[in-house]
Amino acid sequence: MNIKRSWHKSLTKYWQLYLLLIPVIAYFILFKYKPMLGIQIAFRNYKLRRGMWGSEWVHLKHFERFFSSYNSWPVIWNTLYLGFLTLLFCFPFPIMLALVFNELKNERMRKTMQTITYAPHFISTIVVVGMLMAMCSPSTGIVNKLLIALGITKDGLYLMGSGRYFRLMYILSGIWKDAGWNAIIFISALAAIDQSLYEAARVDGATRWQQLLHVTLPGILPTVVIMLILESGKVLNIGFEKVYAMQTDLNLNVSEVISTYTYKIGLEKLQYDYATAIGLFNSVISFIMLLAVNTVSKKLTETSLW
Amino acid sequence: MQNENHADQRFQAVVNVLTVLIAVITLYPLIYVLSASISAPAHILSGKVWLWPVDISFDSYRRVFSSANIVIGYRNTILYAAGGTLLNMLMTIMAAYPLSMPDMKGKSFVTVMITFTMFFSGGMIPSYINVKDLGLLDSPLSVILPGAINVTNLLILRNYFVNSVPAGLREAAAIDGCSPLGTLFKIVLPLSKSILIVVTLYYFVGHWNSYFEAMLYLRDQNKYPLQVFLRQILLLSQMGDMSETMGVDDINTTLIYASLKYAIIVVSAVPLLVIYPLVQRFFEKGIMMGAIKG
Repeated sequence: MNIKRSWHKSLTKYWQLYLLLIPVIAYFILFKYKPMLGIQIAFRNYKLRRGMWGSEWVHLKHFERFFSSYNSWPVIWNTLYLGFLTLLFCFPFPIMLALVFNELKNERMRKTMQTITYAPHFISTIVVVGMLMAMCSPSTGIVNKLLIALGITKDGLYLMGSGRYFRLMYILSGIWKDAGWNAIIFISALAAIDQSLYEAARVDGATRWQQLLHVTLPGILPTVVIMLILESGKVLNIGFEKVYAMQTDLNLNVSEVISTYTYKIGLEKLQYDYATAIGLFNSVISFIMLLAVNTVSKKLTETSLW
Repeated sequence: MQNENHADQRFQAVVNVLTVLIAVITLYPLIYVLSASISAPAHILSGKVWLWPVDISFDSYRRVFSSANIVIGYRNTILYAAGGTLLNMLMTIMAAYPLSMPDMKGKSFVTVMITFTMFFSGGMIPSYINVKDLGLLDSPLSVILPGAINVTNLLILRNYFVNSVPAGLREAAAIDGCSPLGTLFKIVLPLSKSILIVVTLYYFVGHWNSYFEAMLYLRDQNKYPLQVFLRQILLLSQMGDMSETMGVDDINTTLIYASLKYAIIVVSAVPLLVIYPLVQRFFEKGIMMGAIKG
């Protein structure tokens, strides 16, 4: 009775808002939940003519095929490796940037530096990779001209063509593109540190280095821990766009990751069912990692995603 | 005291060096691209251009703007970004406002339903099949509709409505006989301008720079956005295809291409690089609103 009455009250008061939510819910059902139903083809022998619901069940056949294929393990390894490298090298730079900016006492200088370092974030993946290719070309690129001038190499390195430097270029360009943007959260955390702590430290005769060590770093440590936990939950979720843009036939041995592999199996070779199985394997593992990381974070820092 | 001053001076010196280093590393590629785009191609290839332009010429820009593909791509990107962002904002506000109400029934169920999609999705292939089944393949709607609401942006808006629009003002409006929708237009939206600007920019940038959906769903060249053409020109083409995509039939293709690609990069990136500093002061607010849960 009570439930009924409170619903009635809410509906009369907010009927307009329920109307607003109808297209929103329709959107989520149509574009987010309906594709989840499509996951079932990972367990079927998908035939276009028999459709998603009519194709015959094959249970774990596609998963068995994936785990027994000699192509699969390098792909899983590449994904993990690139994910860990990204975490290890791309994570510290935004913190360093935020710390440096925090020490700039001139307000205008600080704003200018922020404007400069945000810029690459607004350049598209395609263009960043295009710049890399143009500037790193072994014969005409400025980077190789520089390396030759410095005597590091004699006739130019195939920085973008070969697999040898793929990970290096992926990480370096990632830092260039997003370190400034990702620093924002740490800049906000730094701004929230109680200024009286610095005054107290100064009264005690602390140098600026000591203030950095004993006031600033402890002040942003909680944010750093949370971000680190969140990022480590994403290790398997190597985005498709940049890796795919950087792929050449010559670097596939290191650049093929699960998302690009899924794309090729599914949309180039049109094996929808097998590709869906690979994608499902990836999202289930990612989801489990996120849950695990979230649980650890809840225990250690009382911070969690939900 | 003397020692401490020395220590602080050294500290300041380190800060200054790092600042200059960060600025140089960030800016150098941008300046180089700009310089190369207005330099004579021969000097780019020989390495004479390393910072400032040499033998300034705007030929490559003339070529860029006379290329049919670039013009088509530019037009499509503007259309998709404008239309897509409009739809994004409409849908996101329609979702965020009801979910910001403290006492609306069914709210928590809808919130859980929405946030779950942040952590689990059908994946690439089922999403593709879905768009295909809906008959959206090769339709401009295919690059706009599937991403109509970004859940992170939705949460940013909702958190702002909850935390930064005084609840007292809303209640007062309701007591004065203002309907929930009236309150949205008269109180909530006008008080949320800064966050609306940030979220609009996020969506716009997303549309401007994305290529994946278009590559996946569009077949007709006339519907391609700029990024798909850029991919063909900058990443895929050997010099031979270059002449085809850009309509260059000179024997000097290599020469032309050398500065042309830089001009293309500049033309595609400049709009966003001009816009974002204007709203930069709101970025921190946006990030903070995304970090609150609840």
